Amino acid sequence: MDTAYRYDGSLEGFFCCIFAIYVNKEPPACFQTADDPQPTLFPVRWVDTDAAQAQRILNSLVKRSVQAKELVVKGFLTCAPDREMMLYRFIRALYDEGPGLLRRLSDDAVYPLSKAVRHLEGEVQLLRGFVRFSEFDGVLAGEIRPKNRVLPLLRPHFCARMREETFLLYDRTHLEGLFYQAGQWRILPMEDFQMAAPDGRELQFRRLWRKFYDTVAIEARLNPKLRMTHMPKRYWDTMTEFQEDTAVLPEG
Amino acid sequence: MDLMEKLEILTDAAKYDAACTSSGVKRSSRAGYIGNTSSSVMGCCHTFSADGRCVTLLKVLLTNRCVYDCKYCVNRCSNDTRRAAFTPAELAELTIQFYRRNYIEGLFLSSGVCRSPDYTMEQMIAALRILREEYRFNGYIHAKTIPGAAPELVTALGLLADRLSVNIELPSEQGLKTLAPSKTKDAILRPMGQIRDGVRENKQEIAKYRHAPRFAPAGQSTQMIVGATADTDRHILSLTQGLYRRYGLKRVFFSAYVPVVEHSLLPSLDTKPPLLREHRLYQADWLLRFYGFQAEELLDETNPNFDPLLDPKCHWALCHPAFFPVEVQRAGLEELLRVPGIGPVSARRILTARRETVLDFTDLKKLGVVLKRAQYFVVCKGRYLEGLRFSPQTLPRQLAAVERKDLPTAETEQLSLFG
Repeated sequence: MDTAYRYDGSLEGFFCCIFAIYVNKEPPACFQTADDPQPTLFPVRWVDTDAAQAQRILNSLVKRSVQAKELVVKGFLTCAPDREMMLYRFIRALYDEGPGLLRRLSDDAVYPLSKAVRHLEGEVQLLRGFVRFSEFDGVLAGEIRPKNRVLPLLRPHFCARMREETFLLYDRTHLEGLFYQAGQWRILPMEDFQMAAPDGRELQFRRLWRKFYDTVAIEARLNPKLRMTHMPKRYWDTMTEFQEDTAVLPEG
Repeated sequence: MDLMEKLEILTDAAKYDAACTSSGVKRSSRAGYIGNTSSSVMGCCHTFSADGRCVTLLKVLLTNRCVYDCKYCVNRCSNDTRRAAFTPAELAELTIQFYRRNYIEGLFLSSGVCRSPDYTMEQMIAALRILREEYRFNGYIHAKTIPGAAPELVTALGLLADRLSVNIELPSEQGLKTLAPSKTKDAILRPMGQIRDGVRENKQEIAKYRHAPRFAPAGQSTQMIVGATADTDRHILSLTQGLYRRYGLKRVFFSAYVPVVEHSLLPSLDTKPPLLREHRLYQADWLLRFYGFQAEELLDETNPNFDPLLDPKCHWALCHPAFFPVEVQRAGLEELLRVPGIGPVSARRILTARRETVLDFTDLKKLGVVLKRAQYFVVCKGRYLEGLRFSPQTLPRQLAAVERKDLPTAETEQLSLFG
């Protein structure tokens, strides 16, 4: 009988749902997370997260195809509204049909997932460039509002690029932050984060950047539509070149 | 003069250079150094300016003082404009602080010719040396070599920079003679040849000694101005192809001429930059680099310029009706790449997917094929898309309609449709 699976919202928890589906032979009607339990007509099954069970599912995916595992792990970070069902359909088809499934790029079990992952990877690629940091007493801090959960994929890039720095990158959409210091990193849930007021030196570099940005455009070639195609407006809020000097220099 | 004003002047003077990429070299981070260049294969765009161009590097001149008098250039010595120069230390600090804040991927340094080509190059080398050695900057640097500088200075610059470029400026020697009398074809091509040989020799050294210093690991590029002289697209494109083949260039950039100075030898000041022409040249450049086309296939003596209303690939397809339709289930990669609406990515996806499935048009759409264009040139299971109507007479018009809304408006409006 179709069942609603409720879990803690983590990737391990989701793998445990897959485990439970196969053990109980009860196909899912939908998936729900603990903090978003919607009323449903289907019988609800709560699934406890068990690291050993999750690992078994992960191993079984790797055994079929490493590429498939990658796709599932990344798929879980996407903002696709029905991502758990999408992942379930993919995993099921993979178990039924084997790794040849991955070549069936237009298949209904594969296409929605690879499309969502492409969207995620596209957003990661853009944000590698669009993230802006500010310096506060030697520590760098930045904020993003992405659609997908991009922090795990941005992490290797920024930790390598800023290897000698201490920094925080805050994801306001998913309320989590990436912390890095001296070769160590953590991604932790973070209810809120407010950037401190910039000091004079920080403000000076922001102004210099805005001056550069405004000057480098060629008036005879102005093309706002093209700019928007490459850099959608939803990213502009957190970018220095579009911000006003709101903070006033501290007295003295 | 304060830093803000210098930055404004020296950015303004550098912005007509089209090249702005941070690709071509993967260098991972090192303990004690700032940054890396391994972000991704495509490089990394940090922002897009109001003209829609990617900004990835801090693109500035070291100075806009210049002893030359190239007619097309804002920095020519006879032009009455504000002049400024960064000190090497100022420039290094600015680059580092912008880099740390993730504003940029690195520095693009060019310069006006101050005193002499050699003196200018020495100044640039000094600035890059501070950046690399004192600040231990490990990010991307693109440096422009100054035509006429001594070969050993080019070598020194290449050991500090990731990419070098020498600008061709004008696509023909005739153009150079009239508009840039102090530059000669030879003075431009000689350093290009030197950089090519330097990169080649360096490859062998690195193979022998792992820690041999890298010379211009991201290769070299160039740019030419389009629309300041009467050269045809055919001439420009075959020159481009020659540069890729003979000098191993990574990129050739085209820059639509923006009239910045009044001169009897130049287009008048109210001329619009030929953006559409530049766009067509870039499309053709892509066809050379990623689609296996040759310059001779795209343009010939009877058709020396691109059709403003049709992209070069569609134009080629219309001139070769016997090549089409292509059967997607069996066609090879080279054949698929010739189809308008199919690119390198979707072509490879087709090759993968058809091992498992018999493809139809809905599959093609999911694989990323632009059916609006491709539908006229491909068949699935031996059939065209159902309900598709076209004839050789209507096809040019139908294809032009697909693209028209994306083109720069000012130029297309002046042209009547297939008059």
